[in-house]
Amino acid sequence: MVNVTIDGIKTSVPDGSTILQAAQEVGIRIPTLCAHPDQSVKANCRVCVCEVEGNRLLQAACSQPVFEGMVVKTKSPKVIEARQTILELILSNHPQDCLNCIRNGNCELQDLAKEYCIRENPFEMKTRGLPKDFSTPAIFRDPNKCVLCRRCVETCSIVQGVGALGLLNRGHNAMVVPSMGQNLADSPCVMCGQCIHACPVGAIGEVEYIDQLIAAIADPDTIVVTQMAPAVRVAVGEEVGMEIGEMPMDKLVAALRQIGFDYVLHTNFTADLTILEEGNELLKRLTTGGKLPMFTSCSPGWINFCETYYPDLLENLSTCKSPQQMFGSLVKTYWADKMNIEPKKIFSVSIMPCTAKKFEASRPEMNSSGYQDVDIVLTTRELGRLLRMSGINFDKIEPSSFDSWMGAYTGAAVIFGASGGVMEAALRTVYEVVMKEELKDVNFTVTRGIQGIKEAEVDLNGTVVKVAIANGLANARKLMDQVRAGESPYHFIEIMACPGGCIGGGGQPITKSNLKREQRIAGIYVEDEQCAIRKSHENPEVKIIYEEFLKEPLGHKSHELLHTHYHAKNKKLI
Amino acid sequence: MSYKEILASYKDVPGGMIEAFHAIQGQYSYLPEETIIEAARVFNLPVAKAYEVATFYSMFSVNTRGKNVIRICESAPCHVAGAADVVAALERELGIKMGESTSDGKFALELTECVGQCQATPVITVNGKVYLDVTPAKIPDILAEYK
Repeated sequence: MVNVTIDGIKTSVPDGSTILQAAQEVGIRIPTLCAHPDQSVKANCRVCVCEVEGNRLLQAACSQPVFEGMVVKTKSPKVIEARQTILELILSNHPQDCLNCIRNGNCELQDLAKEYCIRENPFEMKTRGLPKDFSTPAIFRDPNKCVLCRRCVETCSIVQGVGALGLLNRGHNAMVVPSMGQNLADSPCVMCGQCIHACPVGAIGEVEYIDQLIAAIADPDTIVVTQMAPAVRVAVGEEVGMEIGEMPMDKLVAALRQIGFDYVLHTNFTADLTILEEGNELLKRLTTGGKLPMFTSCSPGWINFCETYYPDLLENLSTCKSPQQMFGSLVKTYWADKMNIEPKKIFSVSIMPCTAKKFEASRPEMNSSGYQDVDIVLTTRELGRLLRMSGINFDKIEPSSFDSWMGAYTGAAVIFGASGGVMEAALRTVYEVVMKEELKDVNFTVTRGIQGIKEAEVDLNGTVVKVAIANGLANARKLMDQVRAGESPYHFIEIMACPGGCIGGGGQPITKSNLKREQRIAGIYVEDEQCAIRKSHENPEVKIIYEEFLKEPLGHKSHELLHTHYHAKNKKLI
Repeated sequence: MSYKEILASYKDVPGGMIEAFHAIQGQYSYLPEETIIEAARVFNLPVAKAYEVATFYSMFSVNTRGKNVIRICESAPCHVAGAADVVAALERELGIKMGESTSDGKFALELTECVGQCQATPVITVNGKVYLDVTPAKIPDILAEYK
């Protein structure tokens, strides 16, 4: 332990602690910009500088280790003035269009400018004057706003193992760019959107589709139908001032109706359907010598990753479309028929915790209804904007429930939102299908949690099925390399592109720390526990769709509407 | 050697990518796109990372340029000693502006940071060879060595 004095407060902290960590121990907040709770120390923004007694120069609190007897001043006039100058310098090439920025009100630089009373900037204003990159349907970049903290680069290369982003040049000519300075679409970007969470400012964001939604709502001839992913409810409350997981589902449904959606349905319905299709696909592969291990295919960031980096393993991917796309093809066929609505009048809107879903909806494979199956995809953040724009008061709003035929769901669908959830949901169903007996305890807790790779074994009538779960694409790489080398011991592998699963998706409320992801995961399992039915095959509306329309899992109709194949991307700049 | 052979020969050398880039530039005078993509593959890094290396160091160029690279120091000691006159002479002799290459592909003209020879300013380098106490009058002779 090392004894230090910070702003006159004496404390003792472990060897190797930084000034920033020591200050946190005694409840002193030092401002930061490039520092990130789950990333390596970067020390490039200098906003956290402090005075250390005996040192002529100010020290960066995020990187400077403490030493015995160290005396630190974190808020002396010299420090405050230096921080103001640093902020002025950063702001001198940062476009001052906060009012129009996607991160207005949720920006670390804006917060610091406010805290440090930045008014007149003495430095000459010189922005980079570069074009915005809107080359993908999911994510945009505005390189002018980049503050060069490099958090996105670490997220993309270390957390996700994608490596689409890097630095160009050095010193004051340095910029963050996609591979070889090309646009995002030509880089190996998988559109997971984790860089958006990493970005302290508005240099990266989701491509918004709010205007298209409002236009559809305004058109009296258009029937606007929405589906919503399981990870949305647990997080969207954060956008309107609630605690994690606090948003009641029935009030959220009512709010969606107030926004103007004609019908409110749930992706959870097709999550349950996915389990029936994917569970049976697994059993078929196990019994007929099909390609193993089978990989889940719900996460479109993961699909992009597999198509980019592991095209040789595409046959291992389940042929099941994601729940979003199953919903899309059914809402304009089965549901339209049930409701007696012309499919061409349906505007199908999906609300997702995900940015890659925006890309997925635009894929050429996703037109099996005869139309674009999902017309637009909104992120949880865009839903938050809609809720605020609509002035909804959640204290007063009357609860409402989902519409029929594709609105019912079970706890098994709810847990799709967390890493390990698809696996657990599949095991709940596969167990009962194979064993032909009731599963007493539906909780496979070994599949739960935020740790990068999890594994489990299930004994099904003497056949031991080995499963593995990875979240975050750098973890997925480890399992994929094993498969590629022919050394994978598993039969079934669940991969979610984003850390923690969909609750940590690129479209969720800005998520700076993994702690928040863990809290959302807890919220998912609370919701599962509250469901009366917790096994997908017991979903009453799923039973009806098989009786009346699909007839059987993996049947003719399923193949037409619910399954697909993916293709190598052959990207050059990987 | 082809660029692929060059890269392969540095595969197991610590910091080999930088060495390989120097060797490739020795042949091409710059780093063509395919050499950066191949370097990423050989050193098992994302292309974005190899591009970082190629653009971080001012000695490397990712744009086509003349075969003989003339660099003139833009740091203060050379500036005070009259680097601007040397730049003007080079531009006049070669018929190009700073940052450009001659149309016959023979010469490229670039600025550089201090090369550590401040005892004899102004300083220029041609393909890494240092020329000290350069004056406008010396330029034609220096260029003649490479014509």
